[in-house]
Amino acid sequence: MSQRPLSSFELEQCLENCLDAVLSTRRTAEAPASELSAFTRRQQEFVLHWLDVIVSSNSEMGFQFVSHVPEALRLLPVPEVEKWIIHFMDVYDREGLYPGSAAVRGVGLFAQECRIESMAVDFSSIVRVLEHFIRGLSGRGLKLEAGEHVFTDTGHIYLPARLAVFVSEKMNFRLYKATAAHLWAQTQFGTFRSTRNGTGLMKVCAGFPQRTRACRLLNALETVRLNACIERELPGLYLEMMALQRELAPIEYPPQWQPSLHRLRKPAATVQDTVDELRRLFSCRQTPPAAFCFQGDLRLEDTETAMRGRQQQEKRAFRLWLRQIALDLKAVEAARETGSAVRFAASWERAPDPQQEMSLVLQFDGTPIDPPDDMQLLSRSILQDFGEIPHDYLMPAGDAAYPGTSRPADLPSNVWEGSYHEEGAHLYNEWDFRRQHYRKDWCVLREIDVHPSDEPYVDEVLRRYSGLISELRKTFEMLRGEDRIARKQSNGDDVDLDAVVEAYADMHAGMEMSERLFTKRRNLERSMAVVFMVDMSGSTKGWINDAERQALVMLCEALELLGDRYAVYGFSGITRKRCELYRVKRFDESYGEAVKRRISGIRPQDYTRMGVIIRHLTDMLEKIEARTKLLITLSDGKPDDYDGYRGEYGVEDTRQALIEAKYRGIHPFCITIDKEAHEYLPRMFGAVNYVVIDEVNKLPMKVADIYRKLTT
Amino acid sequence: MQKLIPGTTLDGRTLKTEEFIVRDEPYYEPQGAEIELFHAAYTNQIPVLLKGPTGCGKTRFMEHMAWRLRRPLITVSCHDDLTASDLVGRYLLMEGETRWVNGPLARAVQIGGICYLDEIVEARKDTTVVIHPLADDRRVLPMEKTGELLKAPAEFCLAISYNPGYQSVLKDLKHSTRQRFVAIEFDYPPADLETTIVVRESGLAEDIAARLVKFGGMTRNLKGSGLDEGASTRLLVHAAKLMVSKVSPRTACRGAVSEALTDDPDMRAAINELSSSLFA
Repeated sequence: MSQRPLSSFELEQCLENCLDAVLSTRRTAEAPASELSAFTRRQQEFVLHWLDVIVSSNSEMGFQFVSHVPEALRLLPVPEVEKWIIHFMDVYDREGLYPGSAAVRGVGLFAQECRIESMAVDFSSIVRVLEHFIRGLSGRGLKLEAGEHVFTDTGHIYLPARLAVFVSEKMNFRLYKATAAHLWAQTQFGTFRSTRNGTGLMKVCAGFPQRTRACRLLNALETVRLNACIERELPGLYLEMMALQRELAPIEYPPQWQPSLHRLRKPAATVQDTVDELRRLFSCRQTPPAAFCFQGDLRLEDTETAMRGRQQQEKRAFRLWLRQIALDLKAVEAARETGSAVRFAASWERAPDPQQEMSLVLQFDGTPIDPPDDMQLLSRSILQDFGEIPHDYLMPAGDAAYPGTSRPADLPSNVWEGSYHEEGAHLYNEWDFRRQHYRKDWCVLREIDVHPSDEPYVDEVLRRYSGLISELRKTFEMLRGEDRIARKQSNGDDVDLDAVVEAYADMHAGMEMSERLFTKRRNLERSMAVVFMVDMSGSTKGWINDAERQALVMLCEALELLGDRYAVYGFSGITRKRCELYRVKRFDESYGEAVKRRISGIRPQDYTRMGVIIRHLTDMLEKIEARTKLLITLSDGKPDDYDGYRGEYGVEDTRQALIEAKYRGIHPFCITIDKEAHEYLPRMFGAVNYVVIDEVNKLPMKVADIYRKLTT
Repeated sequence: MQKLIPGTTLDGRTLKTEEFIVRDEPYYEPQGAEIELFHAAYTNQIPVLLKGPTGCGKTRFMEHMAWRLRRPLITVSCHDDLTASDLVGRYLLMEGETRWVNGPLARAVQIGGICYLDEIVEARKDTTVVIHPLADDRRVLPMEKTGELLKAPAEFCLAISYNPGYQSVLKDLKHSTRQRFVAIEFDYPPADLETTIVVRESGLAEDIAARLVKFGGMTRNLKGSGLDEGASTRLLVHAAKLMVSKVSPRTACRGAVSEALTDDPDMRAAINELSSSLFA
């Protein structure tokens, strides 16, 4: 077959042959023929083939087809054109000529739908990648969420739920990335930092007569500055972002904008320059040029509200760190004696290399102090907001820094203070960090059985996750099968050199030669005992409770296989007089029907007083004989109880209990889903003895995995 | 390349471990006072514990110190079947009779070399006990099978390394072991120093190396949020070497860093996006 495209004359001949019945002197095949002549021979053959097919049903449909197929070929790739043909012929078959021809004419709409269908990218498919990406950029995690408006409130980045701007999945993904990066740049390069006279952008905009226009202009100017920042810091990303924009329509700036562009692109430009330029351009009655495709909105009210909340939290956290440092330095007592306030000084040390992160240098009385890593991170976040550490942040937190530390002395719950409840219960000390002493027999703990539930929950989980469980079993089986080499065996797969030498020497000395001359691979005996301590506090209600129960099912399945000795306890309670430990599975119990029913009966209860529970389980573990003893906590947040057991008090008591456990040869470990766990878990469990799981629904899979990693 | 004594090349030659003397200065950029610290510990005959994540220069540091002190360096990479007799020595049959053959540790003690036990926690727990008498002021190596005690000369030095980042409870260093050592902590060097190292090790242009180091920092930001470890200096040097061999930066980062760091597809994609943000 010749590859030369058919000329418009040749095509007209072919079309006339097919469409003879519906053509007239006023309705010729000339126009479609000349349009079709611009396509390749292959495309032309495709059209002629289908024309033949269509005309065999209806000639008028054939004419409609050739009139619109050039448009279709321009809009869609050939396989999609075929789908369009099938689609309108379906309509014709079902509903007749008029709806059929309408469907032919609707090729533009069809193409659009098609494009959206095939090339759209969903937020859910990119969120994980982009969240890692954003965290990688600066180390500060921003939560990504799908939302109606595209903006950032400096804690979250809101992105559209679905993007179908480009006709390629890759480009749509890049647009997501570019949008997220642009909004990240707003937080990173100080868009929301206070301007010269301490006002935020919201006040600046409110000062203009046409607020909306001012806000749009501000966004456009700020984008110029941020683009320049991105170009300097992330050149590859910048090129990608510009390529995206070029694909749609390049942004042109009016001549009056030139000085602004020049000023805002300087490396030293800040949001203050943007505000100055906004004033200048606003008075020249300038309207902003079209927005960049990745630009997003500036929703200053929302941002301001969210920022204020976050800043307050950060301020408190920062001051608590200072307090900790001051306590360590024994500066608080000294200050109390002299009646003066403890004051720190902060400065920033910039490495000679401008690409490097700045680091915080704290000074107390002129002595530099090395701030802990978590505090460094926190201070970087504060730096992003303010460009410095504000003065009032540098005061260590006072004694009443935790809201609600005051003891509720006369609450109705104190009915439990009476001693008759202590009969038959276990009494435990509690650590008071302020006194640096234990409170004797402070907590009253009782072991209770979980009320078994009759729902077939465990079986359901087993059925639903059967694939996962069998995979889990496989990995654990491998674990069980881990080999160790046993020496001096009477048979085996390798010669034991030491044994041979010894035997040889024995033989020469006239002694009997040993037969044990081989090495053999033998399964390592696991001598492991583990207690799982499951948070049953009220905050686990719903999802988390479900995930915890699923995780327990998976764990039990895996542990049964390994043969490790294990026990499962839930814990909760309200006030020190009513600490409750719920038995789910004791060490000496087998994983049977009763245990399964208890797992499904785990329900959220009250509060989390962790110290006493850890002390009780430590006692229990100590009586078990095993080489390695583990205490694994599944939790969703900080220790917290009704009667002041929260904040630093709770953390310090829990920490003390964990130190006691470690001292007694038990390895504590914590698995949590609390995203803020990085703030307190390192203090409680130590830097490597905990894991934060970012999504609740991953808990069941992760827990078994973590257990495996932990014990090999 | 480092040249080793004796002979000019290593091709097809077998060397006894104690002949491993580092002759040319191994490149090492100090991050702090670790050289002085090691020196002082060496002169006072105190053993040294190197802590730090993988690929941050612990082994290179040991080579460098061996070169500075002009002592042979005997490195033992510990694994979970390493026994005490693998370190101390054993009887072997030679010409019809048994003869005692020293293990690497015993040889290092004999010749007054530096014995470096890499990743000590990987070895069996009983192994660590063997080094205890060597690691305190007795400085002797008891050889159970021969009934002898090997007294270490002043030149002998024991160094061990371990990575505190492992989360396995079975791979923790016992206090009775760790409290015999002077500990030196290693971490990834600050960005400018790391850039110098990458440039020096690979010959990559400085501006690209700086970007590569920035990329390394980005992956370290992800530690704890889905990544067990960020890219080590060693990985960055690998990527840089690939780039010098005309591999495009993105491909080099993918091969040397993201694929090496994780198998999680989302995480890998995110790391690749990070590298393409820096390299056009």
